[in-house]
Amino acid sequence: MTDLTDLGIADIRNGVRAGTFSAREVATAFNANVAAAKALNAFLIDTPEHALAAADAIDAKRAAGEDLPIMAGVPIGMKDLFCTVGVEARSASKILNGFKPTYESTVSQKLWDAGAGMLGKLNMDQFAMGSSNETSAFGNVISPWRRNDGGNAALAPGGSSGGSAAAVSARLCPGATGTDTGGSIRQPAAFTGISGIKPTYGRCSRWGVIAFASSLDQAGPMARDVRDCAIMLEAMSGFDPKDSTSLDLPVPHWEAGLSSNLTGKRVGIPKEYRLDGMDAEVAAVWDKGIEWLRDAGAEIVDVSLPHTRHALPAYYIIAPAEASSNLARYDGVRYGQRNLPDGAGLQDMYAATRAAGFGHEVKRRIMIGTYVLSAGFYDAYYTQAQKVRTLIARDFERVWDSCDLLLAPTAPSAAFALGQESDDPIAMYLNDVFAVPASLAGLPAMSVPGGLDSQGLPLGLQIIGKPLDEQGVLNAGLAIEERAGFTARPAQWW
Amino acid sequence: MLADQAMSVDSKTVKKIASLARIAMSDDEIEAMVPEFNGILGWVEQLGEVDVTGVEPMTAVIPNVLRLRDDVVTDGDIRDKVLANAPAAEHGFFGVPKVIE
Amino acid sequence: MTESTYRIQGATGEWEVVIGLEVHAQVTSNAKLFSGAATTFGAEPNAQVSLVDAAMPGMLPVPNGECVRQAVRTGMALNAQINRYSRFDRKNYFYADLPQGYQISQLYHPIVGEGAIEISLDEKNPDAHTKTIGIERLHLEQDAGKLMHDQHPTMSYVDLNRCGVALMEIVSRPDMRSPAEAGAYLKKLRSILRYVGSCDGNMEEGSMRADVNVSVRKPGDEFGTRTETKNVNSVRYVMATIEHEASRQVDVIESGGTIVQETRLYDPDKNETRSMRSKEDAHDYRYFPDPDLLPLELDDTFLDACKASLPELPDAKRKRYESELGLSAYNAAVLTAEAETARWFEALLTESAKAQGKPEAEVAKAAANWLLSELYGALNRMAKTIDDSPVSPAAGAELLALVAGGTISGTIAKQVFEIMLETGEGAGAIVEARGLKQTSDTGAIDAAIAKVLADNADKVEQYRGGKEALFGFFVGQTMKAMQGKANPQMVNELLKKALG
Ligand SMILES: [Mg+2]
Ligand SMILES: [Zn+2]
Repeated sequence: MTDLTDLGIADIRNGVRAGTFSAREVATAFNANVAAAKALNAFLIDTPEHALAAADAIDAKRAAGEDLPIMAGVPIGMKDLFCTVGVEARSASKILNGFKPTYESTVSQKLWDAGAGMLGKLNMDQFAMGSSNETSAFGNVISPWRRNDGGNAALAPGGSSGGSAAAVSARLCPGATGTDTGGSIRQPAAFTGISGIKPTYGRCSRWGVIAFASSLDQAGPMARDVRDCAIMLEAMSGFDPKDSTSLDLPVPHWEAGLSSNLTGKRVGIPKEYRLDGMDAEVAAVWDKGIEWLRDAGAEIVDVSLPHTRHALPAYYIIAPAEASSNLARYDGVRYGQRNLPDGAGLQDMYAATRAAGFGHEVKRRIMIGTYVLSAGFYDAYYTQAQKVRTLIARDFERVWDSCDLLLAPTAPSAAFALGQESDDPIAMYLNDVFAVPASLAGLPAMSVPGGLDSQGLPLGLQIIGKPLDEQGVLNAGLAIEERAGFTARPAQWW
Repeated sequence: MLADQAMSVDSKTVKKIASLARIAMSDDEIEAMVPEFNGILGWVEQLGEVDVTGVEPMTAVIPNVLRLRDDVVTDGDIRDKVLANAPAAEHGFFGVPKVIE
Repeated sequence: MTESTYRIQGATGEWEVVIGLEVHAQVTSNAKLFSGAATTFGAEPNAQVSLVDAAMPGMLPVPNGECVRQAVRTGMALNAQINRYSRFDRKNYFYADLPQGYQISQLYHPIVGEGAIEISLDEKNPDAHTKTIGIERLHLEQDAGKLMHDQHPTMSYVDLNRCGVALMEIVSRPDMRSPAEAGAYLKKLRSILRYVGSCDGNMEEGSMRADVNVSVRKPGDEFGTRTETKNVNSVRYVMATIEHEASRQVDVIESGGTIVQETRLYDPDKNETRSMRSKEDAHDYRYFPDPDLLPLELDDTFLDACKASLPELPDAKRKRYESELGLSAYNAAVLTAEAETARWFEALLTESAKAQGKPEAEVAKAAANWLLSELYGALNRMAKTIDDSPVSPAAGAELLALVAGGTISGTIAKQVFEIMLETGEGAGAIVEARGLKQTSDTGAIDAAIAKVLADNADKVEQYRGGKEALFGFFVGQTMKAMQGKANPQMVNELLKKALG
């Protein structure tokens, strides 16, 4: 019998539906992989019983002859910023120590309704702030990938959904939830040779998802291939009256709509993404991606998104500003950690709790956000950034006159060593230079593996689509996937 | 415009910001934060160059309308859930260090 | 408008006080502004708290349409500009009554813009002494929770029941110049809110509170620096706050000090205001549009429905009572000051018109007089409001019809009303059972007159000699002899005849 943990979402579901194997067998196999992979530090909390209970429910349904839902028998990993009933949710921060939600996030509930179960809570950058998973209060996630040059420096899995990326690529789960505020699904997917899609802003409910930057946060799936992403996105999406920014639209059947024939599609290549001094291997994969899409029938056009270079600085005003306010609720009063020095008053307790509870990067962003919103600076920073954001969105709107999709690299480099960029915040922020524009414009965007670099590390290709055109994005991803023939996986060393 | 007011932030300002954000910081931590702050602010200040004449700040990233809820009581009466995670809760209240008004 | 004459006499001369009010009025709604938790007053602590109100991680606000509708209707009643486009902003600060760490409010784009209220400074003559007070804006925002400091030696207790309840903050222009004007403004505003039904105006339960902005200046000078006294919860306290704060400011300035812009608190026990240093620290609210909420856009259908649902408002009603019903300005003003009174009066009017088969305009004066003297007098004695009057408008109308039809006299009507209050019986039944019907039997009246004239021959002499003022005396004596049951008009006629 094949190793069940080599199977992806579609194969597991189909096998469970066909009775080739039971959901319990699948859950058991993945639980074992999770338990054996502590060296990766991908999971913060294991919930094997949750996965088994969901599996047993599916097996019982099948025995009763019922129709099985779209993720029947698929155990998944849950990023730690999704609230699930009774399981500690900390957003990888000490400040939420001990917090056990009494409620279930809309996205996780939809996944359970679709037949999935939970293997555990995944490590991440603290409050999703980071691009290397080095800001977690519970230790770095170690990428399962290693360079082929004999060096064994531990590599970053990317971030903030680094635990999700590592877990999927190391076969600890066939799929995992991620969230993407400024590249947090796409960049780690690229670093670990898996696929991940951030849908249009408003497709996935934010209710029950611990907020980082409300106008940017979007949940999405991370999985081993495009079909699996389509299935899981379908399960996660849908209108939620509890989220005022949720889109009241039906969820398309993305899996059924998959087609790698891109005849009639025009794919734009944004010239501003070709940075001076661009990594040659990244550029080469991009060129290959262009050829693959042409081969799939697409017409390739050169396009311009003139405000691209302003996206990252705008993001680093808007996201910290929103975060500074969203994270004000962590004050040690209603949940989480409380630090109460002797004789401390209320405000001292706040300051002590937040000093001890937040990590350095979180504090830095809260303070930048506080500064840019403060009296006298608000217009110069925040309003200006939101105007620039309008211009960036307008760039995309204009470009849709000449193309249907955009193709670009996901990240400017392959995975780097842990510790390599953690001293220089701006160098770290530059990881998301290609990912952030689509986030600012709320557009669907996906990363799929494009190949390996000379060191044997994965490089990702990013497809950006029009609002609500997840199908177009997935289809272009599929066209690349079929042609890239990416089968590399990290050798198991853990 | 940002470009005109490019200025560096000093430790006094960082201290004030830390206090506004309710994050206790030692003087050493404040000093260490000053260059990081200036590095990031100096970098984002390039936005000041962008001509935004006549441009409205973004409000909704994807066109959408604000839905209004019906005026119906659908929630509350869940005190146990509300207090379940509280570091200090007594007699149905949250407890905080005594506040002198 | 006549010049305001309120002046504070200082050592250096006269000072003028400048007042602006920010009124927080709780919107009448079942559920909170952004959550589905209830708003009822007096629940067990934290029993009316949703996960949204407690700011649990990942919780999101969804606005209550009724609160929006009530804010718009109120804006319309204040003759204010309704903004079809508004936004919710976050006001960021840390306090234990504010779980989110921010209050959702509206700073940059409020739902209602400029409007005005006309206040009257002379109840007896409401049109003679009026003043227009500008409204700067009305916006929606969340109320905060409550802290209790006296339940535990080292802890304060937090109750979030009020947290997230919808408030309308109604900001006036600094147009008031005396405590009396501020009092009249507050009363008028409360009256309008209650007419509209957007706020119950109950200041004791905190449904209406005022932040009182006060500054002083020499008449004709620029505005001085103002202080803001928070959460004053009665009309009387607002007026007292102004008096004390204004004279405090004059004292400070005249003794060489300067006024600092600060938040103060009114202490009704000591009748003074004092600085609230606890709230003073670093006032930098870092307002920005709430990214969890989209802009609020109102369409014609919504606005038209709001407009159509507005009742006749107190000013319009008062003018109509004068012009169509012929009521005095004073009576019209008193009857329309509170929606409940006007509602009761109009019911009485309808019933009276029906009972007497006459148009409302013909029965209005008597109805108004009876309501304002007899009914009000009785309610005052019983310490009851008109809403729990033991006598219904229909019962009142029955009584009035008996007087109008000549069945009983006004004097007897007073007696009958007392009996109605005591027994709850109807006026007709009382008159019937107790034989209180007034008589128009000329024989009986003539007999009584003959006796009165015979017993008072000396006065008859004087009357006939030209002392006509004695006529009233004969009327009184005759009525007394008739035990009040004679038709007064007939008594008059027959007396005149008898006296020659
Ligand atoms: Mg105020
Ligand atoms: Zn307010």
